[in-house]
Amino acid sequence: MPQPVKEHEISKADRERMAQTGIDFEMKNRCGSYLQMDQDVVHSECAEAGIEVLPYKKAMEKYDWLKEYAWNVVSPEKDEVTKYVAAQKEPKGYVIIAHKGTNNIYPIQACLFLGRELIQHVHNIIIAEEGAELHIISGCSSGEHVGKGGMHYGVSEFYVKKNAKISFTMIHNWSENIEVYPRSASIVEENGVFLSNYVCMQPVKKIQMYPTATLKGANSVARFSSVVIATPGSYMDLGSRAILVGPGSSAELITRAITKGGTIMSRGHIAGKTAGTRGHLECKGLILKDGIIYAVPEIEGSVVGTELSHEAAVGKLAQEEIEYLMARGLDEDEATATIIRGFLDVKISGLPEALQKQIDASIDEAEKTGF
Amino acid sequence: MLDIRDLHVKVGDKEVLHDINLHIGEGETHVLLGPNGSGKTTLLMTIMGYSNYTITEGKITFKGEDVTNMKAHERAERGIGMLFQRPPTISGLKLGKLLTAISRTKTEDIPELAKSLHMDKFLERDINKGFSGGEIKRSEVLQLMIQNPDFIMLDEPESGVDIENISLIGTAIGSLLEKDKHIVKRQKSGLVITHTGYILDYLETDRGHVMCDGQIRCHGNPREILKDIKKHGYKECLECRNP
Repeated sequence: MPQPVKEHEISKADRERMAQTGIDFEMKNRCGSYLQMDQDVVHSECAEAGIEVLPYKKAMEKYDWLKEYAWNVVSPEKDEVTKYVAAQKEPKGYVIIAHKGTNNIYPIQACLFLGRELIQHVHNIIIAEEGAELHIISGCSSGEHVGKGGMHYGVSEFYVKKNAKISFTMIHNWSENIEVYPRSASIVEENGVFLSNYVCMQPVKKIQMYPTATLKGANSVARFSSVVIATPGSYMDLGSRAILVGPGSSAELITRAITKGGTIMSRGHIAGKTAGTRGHLECKGLILKDGIIYAVPEIEGSVVGTELSHEAAVGKLAQEEIEYLMARGLDEDEATATIIRGFLDVKISGLPEALQKQIDASIDEAEKTGF
Repeated sequence: MLDIRDLHVKVGDKEVLHDINLHIGEGETHVLLGPNGSGKTTLLMTIMGYSNYTITEGKITFKGEDVTNMKAHERAERGIGMLFQRPPTISGLKLGKLLTAISRTKTEDIPELAKSLHMDKFLERDINKGFSGGEIKRSEVLQLMIQNPDFIMLDEPESGVDIENISLIGTAIGSLLEKDKHIVKRQKSGLVITHTGYILDYLETDRGHVMCDGQIRCHGNPREILKDIKKHGYKECLECRNP
């Protein structure tokens, strides 16, 4: 049995904020856990045989070969964020390795919590070896006392080996004064599957990310989904990219974006580089209060035999739908919230039920306050 | 049950219903006939309280209460319900979730009622997404069963529905309107739009009205009117427009 996460130093309010991102302190439905508060690794363990959850430094000491996986898919020279993380003498973050053929039924949780420091930096490496299946839920939140503001710099490198699968579900619960700069990339080998889900229903000052999946192996698959709400003052620059290299590889990029006054840049890019590849990009946006949803879908085919498509729509709630529900007895607010909840309902094929439930719960929580 | 007096309705700047008068008593079911575009659906949507149908004159009274300026959900709460001819598709909203929302707390009947209309496999589907004509109507009837209104408006319940489904839907609607009860015990009332009259095989109706150009032109025995229309079309009604 995995040990409960030590929580003596975490205030009740902070625990609740972490729980909203899917962190389960009781570890009832989790097989492993990594908790980093600011730069302190509070907890790192995994009860599943063949799956390791290690602090970055310890992992590097344990496995010499890991060096080849660090700064491999993300370049340290990419931008100011990666340069800052690469320059750290005491690198933080986690390494998760699912060894050959292992499978975790219950996900591993990774919690990155920003409490007091100005910048939290992490460098994560996630590897699913041949035939392994690895599910991770990453909850990122900040403490109630981060009055002065803070920044989170996170570099994540994912390796999905032959016939392996990684699902990475990230739920954010920051606050109005936090800036977040994840930099992540993945390589997916033959028949590998990479699922990346992002949910952010709460205010954040700024988030900027553009995770990239290179589908190197034949018949590899990547699915990105993002479900976000931008409140006034939030600036969300979100994108995802899939590069289809392996024959038969495919990608799906799905976004549901709602602005209540904030700004959302919804980017997406699929490049079809080999015949027999397929990609679809879908962005649907709802403007509930004046704000910006700027959808930039890009599809780039460079060979005969790649099939790429995109659809993007930005609009308002349909009055006809609201009144239909009102005719069934729901008042206007209930009808509106019910339709928004439906709009945000993205079911991710291949995602374990427990994680889908966690995503649903996070959105349901926002529904309680009428979004 | 329902009393409409001197009703005038505008959509945008255009008046589309002119001086409508209609009285439907408790336990009665009336039929609304008329050519396409004559204003039948407009009248139903107005009674339901849809916001883009503006009442400029007149009054709608339901169970003795003036509902003219009430919103749709307030009318629904008071017992007005409607089967829509073309209800919207709502992405992501599961039929089961809507039924739960409609029922408020009494959710235990949902599975059985869904089964009775062969809709039990649709509870986890997005409302009306990819539904066939018959499935849409069965979903509508199911929602009304949960809602259990006292006055039910039915906008072409048989359109797009095959014979087998008409029987299923017709029987269910008959039961909603308490047609299985003795006439003196019936408390539910209805107003049905039909072009074919097939639905009338399942619902005995009390009175028929013919609409032309946004006005109710004549009243009478519904089967007799329908028989006449089937024989002569709406020619006589249209001629009646400028007597």
